[in-house]
Amino acid sequence: MPEIQYREALNQAMAEEMRRDENIFLMGEEVGFYNGAYKVSKGLMEEFGERRVVDTPIVEEGFAGIGIGAAMAGLRPIIEFMTWNFSLVAIDQLINSAAKLRYMSGGQVKLPIVFRGPGGAAHMLAAQHSQALESYYCHVPGLKVIAPATPYDAKGLLKSAIRDDNPVIFMESELLYGTKGEVPEGEYTIPIGVADIKRQGTDVTIVAWSKMLFKALEAAEALAKEGISAEVIDPLTLRPLDEDAIIASVRKTHRLVVVQEGWPFCGVAAEIACRVYEKSFDWLDAPVKRVTNMDVPMPYAKNLEKIVLPSAEKIVQAVREVMYK
Amino acid sequence: MLLSKDQLIDLYRKMYLIRRFEEKCAEAYTQQKIGGFCHLYIGQEATAVGSLAAIKPGDYVFTAYRDHGHPLVMGSDPGKIMAELYGRSGGICRGKSGSMHLTDVERGFMGGHAIVGTHTALAAGAAFASKYRNEDNVTLCFFGEGAVNAGVVHEAFNMAVLWRLPVIFICENNRYGMGTPVERASAIYDIAQKGCAYDMARFHIDGMNVLEVYEQVKKAVDMARNLSVPTFIEARVYRFMGHSMSDPSHGHYRTKEEWEAQKKQDPIANLFNKLSKDGVMNEEMKKEIEAEIEKVVSDAVAFADASPWPGQETIEEDIYA
Repeated sequence: MPEIQYREALNQAMAEEMRRDENIFLMGEEVGFYNGAYKVSKGLMEEFGERRVVDTPIVEEGFAGIGIGAAMAGLRPIIEFMTWNFSLVAIDQLINSAAKLRYMSGGQVKLPIVFRGPGGAAHMLAAQHSQALESYYCHVPGLKVIAPATPYDAKGLLKSAIRDDNPVIFMESELLYGTKGEVPEGEYTIPIGVADIKRQGTDVTIVAWSKMLFKALEAAEALAKEGISAEVIDPLTLRPLDEDAIIASVRKTHRLVVVQEGWPFCGVAAEIACRVYEKSFDWLDAPVKRVTNMDVPMPYAKNLEKIVLPSAEKIVQAVREVMYK
Repeated sequence: MLLSKDQLIDLYRKMYLIRRFEEKCAEAYTQQKIGGFCHLYIGQEATAVGSLAAIKPGDYVFTAYRDHGHPLVMGSDPGKIMAELYGRSGGICRGKSGSMHLTDVERGFMGGHAIVGTHTALAAGAAFASKYRNEDNVTLCFFGEGAVNAGVVHEAFNMAVLWRLPVIFICENNRYGMGTPVERASAIYDIAQKGCAYDMARFHIDGMNVLEVYEQVKKAVDMARNLSVPTFIEARVYRFMGHSMSDPSHGHYRTKEEWEAQKKQDPIANLFNKLSKDGVMNEEMKKEIEAEIEKVVSDAVAFADASPWPGQETIEEDIYA
């Protein structure tokens, strides 16, 4: 199987879907002539032209709204945010329009639209450019939220997101764009809402997604040397959450650590922990532990940034705590 | 461009339909059959009716939360609209919209939208879709003068001109954004000039004169359809009721004198006077139309009264496709 970069996997997904369906177009800042701020859309302008690869002014609310309006009228837009941090300018359109119009119209409006871009911290980008905002969007019924970690998952899920008839929030990562992984050459999709067990284990369940998956896998490797067998689950889709997969794993291992980049208060990790408490309390042998960002805006300084973020060491420590070791 | 006798009479019929329908809404609201926020269009009927006479099936229409009139004019079932205002299962949006978010996709009515200004971008998006598919449909987007200071409106204006989108932005300037007069909210009072920065075709019209509205909007519609360019029209209007049902029509931020003077410029009465002078309509025809509309409206109320409440099982429906 060929190894390709995460950004290439996303690029392939978009190109293949755009070839398949004339109604799909890509819109966002620098997606066209510049070939994408992170080169995710490289070559798409050349292949599909200005009609279907649309460079916008720097107006997230405006072009998010144009995308939603185009979807209302039957097109299938892919809207790129240069980063999810900038989506906060457009959050009204995502929450008050994209997530609501189908419901408020009693099912008349269909909104097949994908909003995608990188989220979370990269390196030394300080407080406004380092936010993991999945909790914001996961909060809202009417949206689906996907955050894949590997090139394989990214391609298969982006294709599913583009084919989905609902607004999908698709969160990538600056630090993942250059990572490589095996991606088959043929056509495939990955279903939305289905978790993937990334490493089998028996002693503790670690749930992690996006780039935190790799921290969790690194921790699992270290734990194996201590004789602790960790099962690592990537939910892939955060809304709708595959809680059955997580609960099944916890009922096997009896211990849970949830890793989430971003703030702890009202975070996705808190939601996962709560669901496990509600549905599997009696199976737990220890309280659930969360490993998240510290509850602070992201500092710029390199050493401080490292302290704020989850790390494999912090995950290992959290696992030791739930193992009472 | 000239309207036939039947078309002229139809303008009158539609304006009168909105008027009577909304008088019934006011009644039903005071009887607590309608809840929530309820913004009446009474006084501004000429703008919707004249504008919507200038478009054809397949075109898209967006408006803000003062949205009862537009779908009525576009042929939505008045009973389903009234049932929606009642929050009943027979409502056009199954009781999930209420007054502010009425939608009838089949007829091209893409909704009332209740976050001020945001739907201007949605409307530009629908126009983008028409152009993308190389169709000759146009989009009409109505909003109040309270919206024109919002950033998203200017984002939509800019991209509409930049990409030559076939959209007509119609600002219904009723002078007050809720209770705040335009002079206290906007740095310039000549709202049409807000299109200047984008070099967008722009003009104002008397939004209380349905014939003028039709003629001027038709010009913009033809430009959008044939040349794919947007236009910004400021329709100067006056609402005869309060901002919403919980706002008095005068005495708070509008003087009684101002309100009474404006009420004398009733767009429906004015149209009748013009049409009767021109020999198009007479008192007898007026009575016939009134009787016809009375039945339509009372049937709508009866339908809403009889429509059951939505079942609990519908709560979780229509969230996802």
